[in-house]
This record gives sequence, C-alpha cells and structure tokens, in this order.
Amino acid sequence: MSFFHRHRGLTPYLLLAPGLAWLAVFFVAPLGFLAYQSLQSGSFDFGYEFTWAWDNYRDAISTYHEHVIRSFVYAALATAIALLVSYPLAYWIAFRGGRWKNLLLLAIIAPFFVTYLIRTLAWQSILSDNGFVVETLRTLHLLGEDGRLLATSTAVVAGITYNFLPFMALPLYVALEQIDARLLEAAQDLYASKVKAFLRVTLPLSLPGVFAGTLLTFIPAAGDFINAQLLGTPRQHMIGNVIQSKFLELIDYPAAASLSFVLMATILIGVILYARVLGSERLTG
Amino acid sequence: MSQSFTRVELLRRGAAAGVVLTLPTSLLAACGGDEDEAAATTAGGKKQLAKTLRFSNWTLYIDIDEKTKKHPTLDEFQQKTGTKVEYFEDINDNASYFGKIQRPLSQGQSIDRDIVVLTDNSRFPGLLIDKGWAEKLDKNAIPNFGNLQDALREPSFDPNREYSMPWQSGMTGIATNTKLTGGKPVTMIDQLLEDANLKGKVTLLNEMADAMSLVMLANNDDPTSVDDASFNRAHDRIKKAVDSGQIRQFTGNDYSGPLSKGDLAAAMSWSGDVVQLSADNANLVWNLPESGGDIWTDNMLIPKGGDVFTASTYMNFVYDPEVAAKIAAYVNYVTPVKGAKEEAAKIDPELADNPLIFPDADTLSKVVIFDSKALTNQDYLEKWQALIGS
Repeated sequence: MSFFHRHRGLTPYLLLAPGLAWLAVFFVAPLGFLAYQSLQSGSFDFGYEFTWAWDNYRDAISTYHEHVIRSFVYAALATAIALLVSYPLAYWIAFRGGRWKNLLLLAIIAPFFVTYLIRTLAWQSILSDNGFVVETLRTLHLLGEDGRLLATSTAVVAGITYNFLPFMALPLYVALEQIDARLLEAAQDLYASKVKAFLRVTLPLSLPGVFAGTLLTFIPAAGDFINAQLLGTPRQHMIGNVIQSKFLELIDYPAAASLSFVLMATILIGVILYARVLGSERLTG
Repeated sequence: MSQSFTRVELLRRGAAAGVVLTLPTSLLAACGGDEDEAAATTAGGKKQLAKTLRFSNWTLYIDIDEKTKKHPTLDEFQQKTGTKVEYFEDINDNASYFGKIQRPLSQGQSIDRDIVVLTDNSRFPGLLIDKGWAEKLDKNAIPNFGNLQDALREPSFDPNREYSMPWQSGMTGIATNTKLTGGKPVTMIDQLLEDANLKGKVTLLNEMADAMSLVMLANNDDPTSVDDASFNRAHDRIKKAVDSGQIRQFTGNDYSGPLSKGDLAAAMSWSGDVVQLSADNANLVWNLPESGGDIWTDNMLIPKGGDVFTASTYMNFVYDPEVAAKIAAYVNYVTPVKGAKEEAAKIDPELADNPLIFPDADTLSKVVIFDSKALTNQDYLEKWQALIGS
C-alpha cells in the first residue's frame, strides 16, 4: 500500500500498463511492420527489400479503386439494412420484452454459437438455385424464370447484413434500454403525440447506440471477404478478397500491405466525417 | 531387392504376430514404439518409423470404404508397418495451400505434415524445393522407385526426383450436370465461355495452367509454348466471360458441391473427381473438350521437418503395383506406377481398360502439358490473379 501512497500519481499509469503493453505488442508493432512492408519491392521468389516504394500505393489505388468503392457500397447498404431491421427489434425488446428480454437477446446472439464460415455456407444452401427461397420468389414472379440469388450482389449484401446484425442490434438495445421511461411520460404530459415523443425523445437518446452500432457494423463489413467469396462471383469481390489473395495466394506482401493501409485510411476518414455529423459527444453532452 | 523383400516379409510376419515394429533399414529391431521420437542415428537421419505419418492431400483423392469411411490402403499400411496415417483432406488448390504453409516454413517451423501433395502445373512444387523447404527423399527406403513411369522421371522442377514422387496424374476437362443442359454434355470451351444458356452456371478452375491450357487450345494456340500474344488472347476471352456474368466462380476442388446440387451446369474440372461424384449422381459426366485438355501430375513432397524415413517408406508402399491399382481403382486418376495395369486387371478387367486411369494413345493425343516457363512468369501470374480475383 505504501508504494501506491507515495506514488499516487503513478497509479493510473500502472493500471493502464497491461492494456498499453498489449496494444503496443499486438497492434502498434504489427502495424509498424505492415507499414514497413508496404514500402518494400521485389518478389516472393527472390525476396522483398525495403526501398521506399511509394509506387505500391499508387498501384493499389489505380488498380483496385473499384474494389474499394464496391466494398464501401456493400458495407453501407448492409449497415443501413441492419439498422432498419435492428431498430424495431431492439426497441421492442427494450420496451416490451419484459421478462423475456434476456432470452430474446440470447436469440440475437444465437447464430454466433456457429462459426462465421459455417453460417455463410448455410446461406449458400438457403439461396441455392434449386432452394426454397428462389423457388418461392420465382413462383411469386419476383424473380425471373432464370433468376437467381446466389452469386449476385443481393446475396453478398444479404450475407453481410445477416452476419453483422448482432453488432448493430446489441448497442441499439443498450442505448434504448437506458432511456428513462419517465421522460416519455413527461413528453406525453406535455401533449406530445406518440410519434412526436419518439422523434423528440427516444430517437435522439438512442443515437449513441445508432452511432456505435453503425460503426461496429460498417467497419468490419468493409473489410469482409468471406461473403463475397462464398455468395458472390469475381464481379462481387471486395477489397478484402484482393488483400486476402495478395497476402495468402500471390504472397505479394507489399501490395497487400499497401492495400490494407489504403483501406484503413479510407475507413478512418469516413468515420471522422461521420463522427462530425453524428458526433456522439455533442448529442449526449 | 532381396534385402527389401526380406524386410517386407518380416514386416508381414511382425504384423501378423501383433507386434509393433520400429526398424532400421537392414536390421530388425522389434520393440515398443515409445522411443521413436528420440531415436535418431548419426548419418542419414532417422531410420525408425514414426508412430504416425501426417499426410495432406486433396479431396476425393484416395480409396475410401463408403460404409466405414475408412481408407483401406492406409489401414493396410498400418498393418504392415505399425505406422498410423493421419490423413488430411485439406488441399483445395495449390496457391492457397502453399500460402498457408509458407509462413511457418519460412520461419523454420514445422507444419506438422510429413507428406504434402502439390501439382506440377503450378509453380509451387518448384518453389518449395528452391526455397529449401522440402526434405530429400530417402531413396534407400524406396526400392519401388523403379516402378515410376519413365515419362515422369525428369520433371523440370526436380530433374532427378530427389525431392518428389508423383501421387497421381490427371486431366483437366469439362464436367456437366446434364440435368441442367437437357441431357447433353458440354464438350466445347465456346459453350462454357459464351453459351447464353449456361450464363452464371459455369465455373473455371483457379489454377492458371488448367484454365489457360483449355482456352488456348480452343483458340488454336499452343499451351506448351506460351507467348504474350497467346496468353493475352486467352486472358481477354476469359475476362469477357467474367464481365458478362457468364462465369460464376473460379474454384479449386470446391466445384464439386455446387455441381452435384445443380447450382452449376458445367465446371472446368479434373477427370477423376467427377467419376467418383457420378457414383452418387448419375447426371454428372466428364469430357475432354473437343479442342483438347491438359494433363498434370500431383507430387508428394516432404516439407521441412517432416519425417523423411517414414514418408519415404509410405511412398515406397504406394509404389507397390498392387496398392497403386487399389488406389487408382477408386480415384480414377492416372496412376504413375508401372505394373498397376496388370494388377488392376486382376481386380476388374474393365478397370484396366478405363482411359482415365490408363490413358490410351487416343486420349493422350488430346492432352498437353502447360508451358512450365509460363508458370513462373510474374507478369502472367499477376494478370491471372487479377482476373480471378477481380
């Protein structure tokens, strides 16, 4: 005890140390190494050398900008759909769930008991050309005679939405659950209609949840490659697929590393802009 | 030869007596297998069999008993030698498997495998050897080496067969699910790439040599000697089919599921797989394209850190014509083992006439070996990767 008394100022840093050490070893160091690799040139067969090869970045952007754009479009679509689906879901559980709350939450997380890959493979069967879904849509003439879902953008976006839905639903639930019901009563006492009470009270108070949920969904979705790989065709491939194949198949580390940085930078810029528009501090503070 | 004969005899007797054997090449030392990890001799590495042999192979590539899901020849090997084979079907395509193993190998770590199988129409067997990540075979443990077909003895990536032994050879052609094509098999690359009826129901192989060979042949170009012009012609033709949505996917072994299910009408595929799949689904047929196909050989290699003696002993085992015939009878791929045809005839005379296992002159005249120089051309590789990943 006496040590902490004498060095009271140090205590927060000591408590932070394990976390900081963890980040330094497993995040900062690999990131630095990745940056170093992204500026190498050469080939796998003859070895890579550090040469300040900024060209890697130029090549990455000029060759694969379409993939980057596609990734963001898919991720944005999936995030929007996940939000539209999750909000009513989280709302209902938070306000009407009653004693079933925990069970319902468990149901949202239930798919996570199965691994990501298997879940996506299951979608391959669900959307299969001879499967129930496609047959039904054909019967309803929502899909042409030769129409299909598998190997289309629809399937990829649907897969991403499904796989990341809990990341949207859970923060929303937490935000909604914390809303003091007396605020809503007060709004209605002051003659606000139900709709107005929702728009003026519930929605603004839930925005931190929306903010957290969209980020938790959008960021990993933009880098995803499993869905495009299994549910799409080469025309649906996202930037994650390119990075994956550069890293693991072509073993072109510089190109893969520079693409990773391009992806990171783009996401970071997007998130900063988004935070300025819907900054959680301004909304809650 | 007489020495090895004795050894086999002794092994048989030992196995019959229920004794687990660990043995030096010339000297039989019967004892429990508990010291095999520590046992190493000074020269020539370990001469004792390990308890287990870890073998990575492609799917649908070894004999299997449909009922018990066991592999009879692997059990036979265990009976003979006491070594249990841990068999992994974890290779789907050369590039991604190599990608998986290259990182530990490059750091001098073992990949926990004693045998891996890589195809000579990719650059990877050569790369494994050039990088020093493959162990030399223990030829003393492979007296059956003489049974290797002459034509396969001097591959460019391993001219003296110091590091590798062929597992099987095979041909690349087109598989059709005839349920989706009105009963007619797809036999032309033109159909695969341009027939609107097959739009979105076609896959090509992600191995450059496979896909390029077939398309080049259809273009009347020569895949055995690739130049920029012929490469680009084939590349552009495939790209057009990708852009139009004709091609659904580029695959490794994983075309088999969607093809059986009927999500695919036709798939560029390997000869033996489809024969095996058609046992469960009579709608599946395989053909060489009219313009011709390619032939390749899969090679067993011992990755660094693998047990050379045990792996070599296993290679010797599969080069016994009797064993080779059993495997070929099931996998329907071209066996590299001399004398297997005679053994196959003993199992089933029809087997010996199967052109997929023992190709006749007519079949061989329709297949080519892809230009090995093109396999390591960085420009081609990048273009190909961009095509299948874009």
